[in-house]
Amino acid sequence: MLRLEKRPSPSRFWQGATPVLAVVLTMIAGGLMFAALGKNPFEAIRTIFWDPLFNAQFASYSRPQLLVKAGPLILIAIGLSLGFRAGIWNIGAEGQYIMGALFGAGVGLAFYPADHWFIFPLMVVAGAFGGWIWAMIPAVLKTKFNTNEILVSLLMVYIAQNFLSSMSLGLLRNPEGGGFPGSRNLSQYPAASNPELIAGTGLHWGVIAAFMAVIAAYILLQRHILGFHIKLAGQAPRAARYAGVNPTGLVVLCMGISGALAGLAGLFEVSGPAGQISIDFNVGYGFTAIIVAFLGRLNPIGILLAGLLMALTYIGGELAQFMLGLPAAAIQAFQGMLLFFLLAVDLLSNYRIRFATKKEAL
Amino acid sequence: MFGGIDPALLISALMVASVPIILAAIGELVVERAGVLNLGVEGMMIMGAVCGFIVSVQSGSAVLGFVGGALGGAAMALIFGVLTQFLLANQVASGLALTLFGLGLSSLMGQSFVGIRPPATGAVPFGPLADIPFFGRVLFSHDWVVYLSIASVAATWWMLKATRTGLILRAVGESHDAAHALGYKVRRIRMLAILFGGAMAGLGGAYISMVRVPQWTDGITSGAGWIALAIVVFAAWRPWRALVGAYLFGGISVLQLNLQAAGARIPVEYLSMSPYLITILVLVIMSSGKGKAALNAPASLGQNFHASR
Repeated sequence: MLRLEKRPSPSRFWQGATPVLAVVLTMIAGGLMFAALGKNPFEAIRTIFWDPLFNAQFASYSRPQLLVKAGPLILIAIGLSLGFRAGIWNIGAEGQYIMGALFGAGVGLAFYPADHWFIFPLMVVAGAFGGWIWAMIPAVLKTKFNTNEILVSLLMVYIAQNFLSSMSLGLLRNPEGGGFPGSRNLSQYPAASNPELIAGTGLHWGVIAAFMAVIAAYILLQRHILGFHIKLAGQAPRAARYAGVNPTGLVVLCMGISGALAGLAGLFEVSGPAGQISIDFNVGYGFTAIIVAFLGRLNPIGILLAGLLMALTYIGGELAQFMLGLPAAAIQAFQGMLLFFLLAVDLLSNYRIRFATKKEAL
Repeated sequence: MFGGIDPALLISALMVASVPIILAAIGELVVERAGVLNLGVEGMMIMGAVCGFIVSVQSGSAVLGFVGGALGGAAMALIFGVLTQFLLANQVASGLALTLFGLGLSSLMGQSFVGIRPPATGAVPFGPLADIPFFGRVLFSHDWVVYLSIASVAATWWMLKATRTGLILRAVGESHDAAHALGYKVRRIRMLAILFGGAMAGLGGAYISMVRVPQWTDGITSGAGWIALAIVVFAAWRPWRALVGAYLFGGISVLQLNLQAAGARIPVEYLSMSPYLITILVLVIMSSGKGKAALNAPASLGQNFHASR
């Protein structure tokens, strides 16, 4: 009989090793899934994880995509991780991402076709504001009315999606677009575009913002009293209250930061890689970022690595779709599986597994 | 504005529209009464939707489809149960994982079933009863799942209130340590509750893909699982109030669809977001003030149980 024994404090070794173990297990289970779909599992895994980076034929296109895809994932996940650490569950990042993009693109399009240096910075501010205000709704409802922030933030995603389709069919529609839904293409409007900064790297302002967020979050959590409060509130809420941590302030702060970062991610995406507001310009980064945050163990450096890995599965997934005819949904299921395995093997860092004798088990 | 809408038709339509939410909410209500917070309702529903759809199309039988839907939902719940009850994973995160995984897997499974019509689920023949004006339309014109959903509310209410099983279930949800000390198998009871919740969510999902829509498209449940979760809070963990909440929600979604069809002057997108807005509003009202819903929440809700001895 197996018995679990709680460790006095989480094992440092397993904390680092569990994400790697989870990835390996996901590759095995994913391989089985690909085999069930009638594909060669080894070829599929190689196409997803190896070819985008090292295959001479594809790497020149795929490598820059790594940063393009990882940027928004990291940016959103850093924000989410702060809340998750404090036990504040903002799972509506997808909605905040959409609103950030709408606010930012709205500001940019309002100036069209003027050319001023301040247009793009203003859009960045508007994007962060859009995400922030969307996250403030669940935050204020939580602090004022004790409403569950998980449900409200998630329901706000559906509202944001309807708002997005209304905007791309109405107010923000390209007047010269021949009646097609979707806004003007921001990447063709230099004052409002977020171009690739160094050719062939995929580096754009969103990626720089993501790196800055990683550094800022690292300093906040390691060196600042606020980071200590966040960690304390998550691990020992009562102790936190005795220590004078204001729970209301923490909810507003964590939700606000995660909303603003998600909004920024949306703005950088819509003005750069996506180019325009359209009904379905969002591709679920807000939800995948939840996986990234957990895969990175809610640690800024971990999130950086996890974001790059997750970006790889997106790119590799597209490649596998193209090369092997692997359905796009298979990658989504694959990413979901990763979170399952991660949660499952997390047991190893908090508990010791012992073989109990019958007498002990009683 | 409402001139063209027949009240009998509206009521019977809202009864049909709220079936998936009732089923999923009743399942989740039992799970939460046992002290487990499963946020994966959306994932279980959509897996139920796709499994039910596939089984019914392949077998040609709607009843078998619903069985398949329930099994699909329960299979997802099993993953959640193993993660949270045996591997002691965080319940919030595991529920989210269930939803993310379910959305991906369902669209993978449903790919070759897009554009097919499932076998019809006919109305229960009540004979002359169905011809009674108004009441015939409202009460005696539905398929069997509508009656099943109402029966499940009654059965759950009775089970929780009047049976020993209900008492044990509530004891486990209020204080798992005390229930454990009394010799109840906390893990086993919770696993059964989780599986029941999954089967009910799967049934609700199958109703969406087989009756409500009826066809398969990606993301077909469009947040119904999250609304079911909100209904449980609205209901303050009481079955009959869940029915009221689901009918309220069903009424709003039917009304907004009718307004869309009638060409109301409100843009379609704003009508489509109204059910979500109303759900949030209701959550706010229920969570604040005198009728604080949180006071009724099972005391051990969302806490993992680990028997140290």
